[in-house]
Amino acid sequence: MSNAISTAPGAAVGIKDSRETEKRKAALAWLTLPALFFFLVFAVIPLAGVLILSFASWDGIGAIGAAGMDNWFSVFADPGLYNALGLTFLIMIVSWLVQTPISLLLGVFTAGSQRYRAALAVLYFLPLLLSSAAVAIAFKALLDPNFGLATGLGLPFLAQDWLGVPHLALGLVIFVIAWQFVPFHTLIYQGGVRQIPKSLYEAAQIDGAGTIKQFFHITLPQLKYTIITSSTLMVVGSLTYFDLIFVLTGGGPGNSTRILALDMYLRGFRANLMGPASVIAVILVIIGLGLALFLQRLGGKDKQGSQLEGL
Amino acid sequence: MGGSMVPKRGLGQRLSRLNIPGGLGGWIWLAIIILPVYYVVITSLKTQAGYFGQNPLALPTSPTLENYQLVLEADFATYFMNSAIVTLGSVIPTVLISFMASFAIVRGSGRFLKLVNGMFLMGLAIPLQATIIPIYLMIIRLNLYDSLLALMLPSIAFAIPLTVLILSNFIRDVPNELFESMRLDGCSEWQTMWRLALPLTRPAIVTVAIYNGLHVWNGFLLPLVLTQSPGLRVLPLGLWSFQGEYSVNIPAVLASVVLSTLPILVLYVIGRRQLLAGLTAGFSK
Repeated sequence: MSNAISTAPGAAVGIKDSRETEKRKAALAWLTLPALFFFLVFAVIPLAGVLILSFASWDGIGAIGAAGMDNWFSVFADPGLYNALGLTFLIMIVSWLVQTPISLLLGVFTAGSQRYRAALAVLYFLPLLLSSAAVAIAFKALLDPNFGLATGLGLPFLAQDWLGVPHLALGLVIFVIAWQFVPFHTLIYQGGVRQIPKSLYEAAQIDGAGTIKQFFHITLPQLKYTIITSSTLMVVGSLTYFDLIFVLTGGGPGNSTRILALDMYLRGFRANLMGPASVIAVILVIIGLGLALFLQRLGGKDKQGSQLEGL
Repeated sequence: MGGSMVPKRGLGQRLSRLNIPGGLGGWIWLAIIILPVYYVVITSLKTQAGYFGQNPLALPTSPTLENYQLVLEADFATYFMNSAIVTLGSVIPTVLISFMASFAIVRGSGRFLKLVNGMFLMGLAIPLQATIIPIYLMIIRLNLYDSLLALMLPSIAFAIPLTVLILSNFIRDVPNELFESMRLDGCSEWQTMWRLALPLTRPAIVTVAIYNGLHVWNGFLLPLVLTQSPGLRVLPLGLWSFQGEYSVNIPAVLASVVLSTLPILVLYVIGRRQLLAGLTAGFSK
């Protein structure tokens, strides 16, 4: 931009020109105002509001009063918080461990040129069309011990009280999350694989490297940034699995699937304790921001621009 | 397409390229995806007696559409309309104002624009569902509680950061010479935006519109918290309350699942490529 200012004879014109351009460019700012307005009013103000409400007492209907640090003390003294925190991170980590290898392999598989793979891919992506509510309702019916999959396939070990036993419910939640979200990440990996230059594989073939060697020495390193993008979306996204778990288990049995987002909702809108619920919300925001920044760092500074692209 | 390459390779080489574990895994995953979908569809066509009497995975002996009739009578047409209104009412403004902001961020300069851009980027990292309580409070104070508008306003705000990011990446790809020639032709920036940038970013606009549209269409938390009347239910909420009321009639519940997915399924059949590109919103660009 500054190269408009030259030392050539026409310098005076150049300066005038660049000033005009600067003016023109700064004048564009007003175009951001509508977006800025919406974002400030319905995202930034609520973000500040959630912090303020964490120091207030409110039942969701009546007047709002000051509560000082009471909400914070009560939430941190409540074992429910640590249960929810633990579950949130457990589901986040196990989901990542389950979904990443499956999505990566399926992404490589569907990126292949064979016709039948393209046909399979059409079906793989079906879960993407369903709402979380629809997925949760479908699995509830499917897992009925008498009239569901267990009887249909004749596999008695599937006939469990999936929603009634804590560790089974937790496993079910992780499975259904994978069922719903693996297709999305497969799609991301498929795109990543397709961008790897074919010449790399041709060179490896000439060197006599087999399929497995090619996978570990070309595909995997070339997918580094795709892995970071997918992982960031997966990990930050896991904080918002609210709707699926809400419809599937409602946080139960007991509190065995009550993750932070659900804990926030139940405290706020069921127990009418908006103050403590806001404390949970603040914790959610901090975790989300922290994770996103941490995963950005993993991507390396030089690639930061394109990393933000993938966030 | 690659078929002409094949004869050049020996049979042994072709066999070694056959990825048996990959293929096997591919078919297993297919079964995992298809079984639930198959179960939902066939069960939705069964009578209550068929549901209790038949093998759960057997095709219905006397297929019936009465479950679908029951679902339609339970006001699903209203839920569908509500979902359509909220989705269009969120996506159109989102894309329009985000496009304008992206154009300014890419073509303009100055501290203000940098600040705005930085703020939107921060917005990407924040789980915005965490702001639901203050949003609930604001919606009550604005007298918008229990209205469809209450669902649109936060949906627009939530969608802006990602939309701006994707659109500005595309506008950045437009060659500078094109902008220069518009300027030399005496076009204002406003004209340049609509006549040059908009047509050139159309694929990206379709992509983000689909991405945002699906998110709003399938959204659950905002309608759950911000509406109350049965007449204002959107599809996911209608689905949820329907399964609560008809929990003994599983075929009807599953018919409601199929029916609520049908519009998106039709889109998938018509424009699969566009839809899939939209689903990842250019994450794999």
